[in-house]
Amino acid sequence: MPAVEVSPSPPPLKQTPLHALHLARGGKMVPFAGHDMPVQYGTGVLREHLHTRSSAGLFDVSHMGQIRLLPKSGRIEDAARALEALVPQDILALAPGRQRYAQFTNEAGGILDDLMVANFGDHLFLVVNAACKADDETLLTEHLSDVCTVEPLRDRALLALQGPKACSVLAKYDATISAMKFMDAGPRRLAGLDCFVARSGYTGEDGFEISVPAEAAEGFASELLADAAVMPIGLGARDSLRLEAGLCLYGHDLDGATTPVEAALEWSIQKSRRKGGARPGGFPGADEILKQLDHGAPRRRLGLKPEGRAPVREGARLFADATSSEAIGRVTSGGFAPSLSAPVAMGYLPASHAAPDTVVFAEVRGQRLSLRVAPMPFVPNTYKR
Amino acid sequence: MMTLYTADHEWLRIDGDVATIGVTDYAQSQLGDVVFVELPKVGRTLKKAEAAAVVESVKAASDVYAPISGEVLEINNDLAGEPALVNSDAAGKAWFFKVKIADKSELNGLMDEAAYQKHIA
Repeated sequence: MPAVEVSPSPPPLKQTPLHALHLARGGKMVPFAGHDMPVQYGTGVLREHLHTRSSAGLFDVSHMGQIRLLPKSGRIEDAARALEALVPQDILALAPGRQRYAQFTNEAGGILDDLMVANFGDHLFLVVNAACKADDETLLTEHLSDVCTVEPLRDRALLALQGPKACSVLAKYDATISAMKFMDAGPRRLAGLDCFVARSGYTGEDGFEISVPAEAAEGFASELLADAAVMPIGLGARDSLRLEAGLCLYGHDLDGATTPVEAALEWSIQKSRRKGGARPGGFPGADEILKQLDHGAPRRRLGLKPEGRAPVREGARLFADATSSEAIGRVTSGGFAPSLSAPVAMGYLPASHAAPDTVVFAEVRGQRLSLRVAPMPFVPNTYKR
Repeated sequence: MMTLYTADHEWLRIDGDVATIGVTDYAQSQLGDVVFVELPKVGRTLKKAEAAAVVESVKAASDVYAPISGEVLEINNDLAGEPALVNSDAAGKAWFFKVKIADKSELNGLMDEAAYQKHIA
């Protein structure tokens, strides 16, 4: 087998405030979105994955972008209305203390990035993908500067605590944490630190995402890890957990040539922004996206379960049968699902092949392997609604 | 019987003109949890350095290249049902396949145990 690859040094990788902690914990570091990040720790991806599902896992997601939108008028609805010009979501109706999943779209209706938007009462708080954050900041500054101060929060780390024991671990710091529901979000004081806490995550488990001041992040993370229920989790398990949960990874399952309708994210577009709603359209690519909401998209992101044991990974071409030469789609995420002890995948197929249980074939190392279209999530989520 | 090693972290146990081939404990520690192993078909004639098997962890797939040329005589079917054997017993129960050695001179470039230990040190 090939020798272990050593990643090239230039350009220099950024380090998160938890970098030293990753090294101390035996993190195997890899370049990810310009950052030196742990792909796993000593116990390995499989155990990290299963520990998160059965107990609690701590993830460093400080590479992601945290951005504050402060309305210059002091009225949150002005910031909300301004942001609605960039996303197909209803931001005006987002109540204080609530968070919502959104996408920045382009003129063709494709997705520039997917993000979380929270209403913190007097301002909006956004969490965006690491690889997109510079472009997102430019987009926001160009379009919203008249109405909002766009403030990237570079001095904050972001942790995710996920799994069935996450709530009891975090509630030690603030009992009101237990009363939060899925997608509740707001400032909280934890261990004497000014934090922003959201009851959300990227694993399908109940859990929290916690923004903490960078200088205090290592101490706070160490305290969380001192709890016997909590294990540090790397990017490897983060990916297998989100795949089991049917959640999209930007740059893989979503990109600028893929609309939210194709990506099966219609649920994230509220009625008010659709035809016949209070504020229909008014976001980039609205014509295409609204048309697809009414008539469907020519292709769709679907769950796929390989019928054999072999994982079918990103990039595998999909075919209607075992012999046809013309590919009809492509796998965008795929691997092994530790919770199911079986391979799972997601990919794009034409509407004609979108029905559950439709059999398609993936080309893997010159062989055609059969897969069945399957509902997602592959593992039921346990959100506290 | 002698055991030889490749720079790509495979071991070969030589018994007459038959070589049993697997990956080393060092290789499995780098791969992580093995979840799938694809082996060559019995009867296939392998050429040295061609992709002969695939080992997949949760995260990625890695090729295993034929360390020598020869016909595949037998494969380890236990790995289909229990790929994690590669993690628990790489040098023993998790052998991959046996080949009939086509050209003994191909063994000359391989490492002995001491040289391999130095290679991974």
